[in-house]
Amino acid sequence: MTVQPIVQGRGIVKRYGHVTAIDHSDFDLYPGEILAVIGDNGAGKSSIVKSICGAVHPDEGEIKIEGKPVHFNSPLDARDMGIEIVYQQLALSPALSIADNMFAGRELLKPGVMGKVFRQLDKKAMEDFARQKLSDLGLMTVQSINQAVETLSGGQRQGVAVARAAAFAKKFIIMDEPTAALGVKESRRVLELIQEVRSRGIPIVLISHNMPHVFEVADRIHIHRLGKRHAVIDPAKFSMSDAVAIMTGASEAPPIEDQQLTPKVA
Amino acid sequence: MAEPAPQRPGGQDFEQTLNQSDTNVARFENTDRTFLKSLQHFLHGNPTIVPVVILILGIVGFAVVTDGKFLSLYNMNVILQRVSIVGTLAAAQTLVILTAGIDLSIGALMVLMSMAMGHLAVSMGVPAPLAVLIGLGGGGLCGFLNGLLVTKVKLPPFITTLGTWRIFYALIFMVFGSQSIRGGDIDKVAPLLKFWGNVLVLGPVRLTYGSILLFVIFFVLWYVLTQTAWGRHVYAVGDDAEAAELSGMQSDRVLRQVYIVAGVVGGLAAWMAIGRLGSASPTSFAEANLESITAVVIGGISLFGGRGSIWGVFFGAIIVQVFDAGLSMTSLDTQAKYMALGVLIIVAVAMDQWIRKVSA
Repeated sequence: MTVQPIVQGRGIVKRYGHVTAIDHSDFDLYPGEILAVIGDNGAGKSSIVKSICGAVHPDEGEIKIEGKPVHFNSPLDARDMGIEIVYQQLALSPALSIADNMFAGRELLKPGVMGKVFRQLDKKAMEDFARQKLSDLGLMTVQSINQAVETLSGGQRQGVAVARAAAFAKKFIIMDEPTAALGVKESRRVLELIQEVRSRGIPIVLISHNMPHVFEVADRIHIHRLGKRHAVIDPAKFSMSDAVAIMTGASEAPPIEDQQLTPKVA
Repeated sequence: MAEPAPQRPGGQDFEQTLNQSDTNVARFENTDRTFLKSLQHFLHGNPTIVPVVILILGIVGFAVVTDGKFLSLYNMNVILQRVSIVGTLAAAQTLVILTAGIDLSIGALMVLMSMAMGHLAVSMGVPAPLAVLIGLGGGGLCGFLNGLLVTKVKLPPFITTLGTWRIFYALIFMVFGSQSIRGGDIDKVAPLLKFWGNVLVLGPVRLTYGSILLFVIFFVLWYVLTQTAWGRHVYAVGDDAEAAELSGMQSDRVLRQVYIVAGVVGGLAAWMAIGRLGSASPTSFAEANLESITAVVIGGISLFGGRGSIWGVFFGAIIVQVFDAGLSMTSLDTQAKYMALGVLIIVAVAMDQWIRKVSA
């Protein structure tokens, strides 16, 4: 197996005072896969994921992206490298339009003097781009790209957030509980979106508590327990109850040869 | 070999019934859309209409009450000249209120800077252009102080500016004493300070340069708020600072910049105030701060941040002057003026709340 991982974390440690949130944990994400990260509350799964996107600064350990060591000071650094995050709480500005939200913090300026000197936004280009990206993902059910986000349903908003991430992610996307606040139908839509994004070759880190969703879309499942990567399993070889048992400590982690530390060979 | 799990296309077992699920979306009785509901929708889409309507009602009302005297050219010219100071402060105030803050210190900041400009130029012999620049920069510095307290010390803007208001006000008297700087002295050494008081005569209309500058300030602010990325960020930070931060904007930096710009615009108002008044007085414009907040609120900028149009504020500032001038032409005493403005504020905010509750 010589595939180079997109993200490789080794021996990552993060302490908050006396609490060790991440305890010499490893982390691997490979090209083109959906890696689910599961773990009990307080296991440190969001800490480990935050440490690979710059929101948390690890005290020890090494993180490599495509083989190069990185030190992110903030999520903005990660974003500049093409790492996008879809947050549970959405991170959309309700009063701004869909197009404005897609380009929040990376607006396009008009070419020439109007853009360079007068810093005028190229609204048309941004609207066209946003419309294009939403239709690519089959999301153009919204009436207008200039609609305020607050007029959209929860699922539509999540769709905008996913489309934004997919549009700008060059390396990978992190999704933090993307279906947690959604109904059955809307969750289905978002899961389809996740698979759609993966089929475009963008790897995804999916943090979720929802076992059926995890088992449905994940290629590998990273089980986090007590601040460590406890096991990485293939959802086809283990059941949901196995995963929950490993995650909660009810059963031992499977022996290393039964785990799926690297991607399955197709 | 076990059968492959029936997964990908249809989702999970319990979701199979989704195909047959009712496709109707919940519908609510809205066949009988009342006039009030339609009005609410209209106002939601066109927030600047409210101040325009209030302005027209105000002008018509005062014209009737004063037998048309209110509409005299002289009176209209006075209103246009007076609006420049409160209008400029309201422009600065708009930026701060759009970020869900409030600036109680901007009036004191203005008086402090107009005294500084006057003293530097008249008593200390600093060249007038330099005195003006120091005044503008000093305004920016005062704004920066507010911004630091809000973003670094994490004080609420109300408390921050309540404190700096008293501090700036005290500084006026501690540094410059309670003496006004007389207009004659300014004319002799630094007529530049009174530049905005010059009058442009266009037939019957007498506009001060200050009124023209006010229009330019609003135009620039409109451009910045609607046509630049920074403007989008100001709205986004006021709307939901956390969401703005998560989507890659630097909320604290935007906030600090907003307070700095507000301070510089306050410094500009200080320069305009010398022209308007013809002198620099430590006790002038005591009402200007609250009037600027009144103008912003009547103009339809939400005190909760992130919503409203700058042109609404322009009309809001004119409304404040119209009520001011109109009520002083009637036989009512000055307390009635305050009462009317008080009622206006409450009605404006109540309207804002009602409009925001609109169901999409």
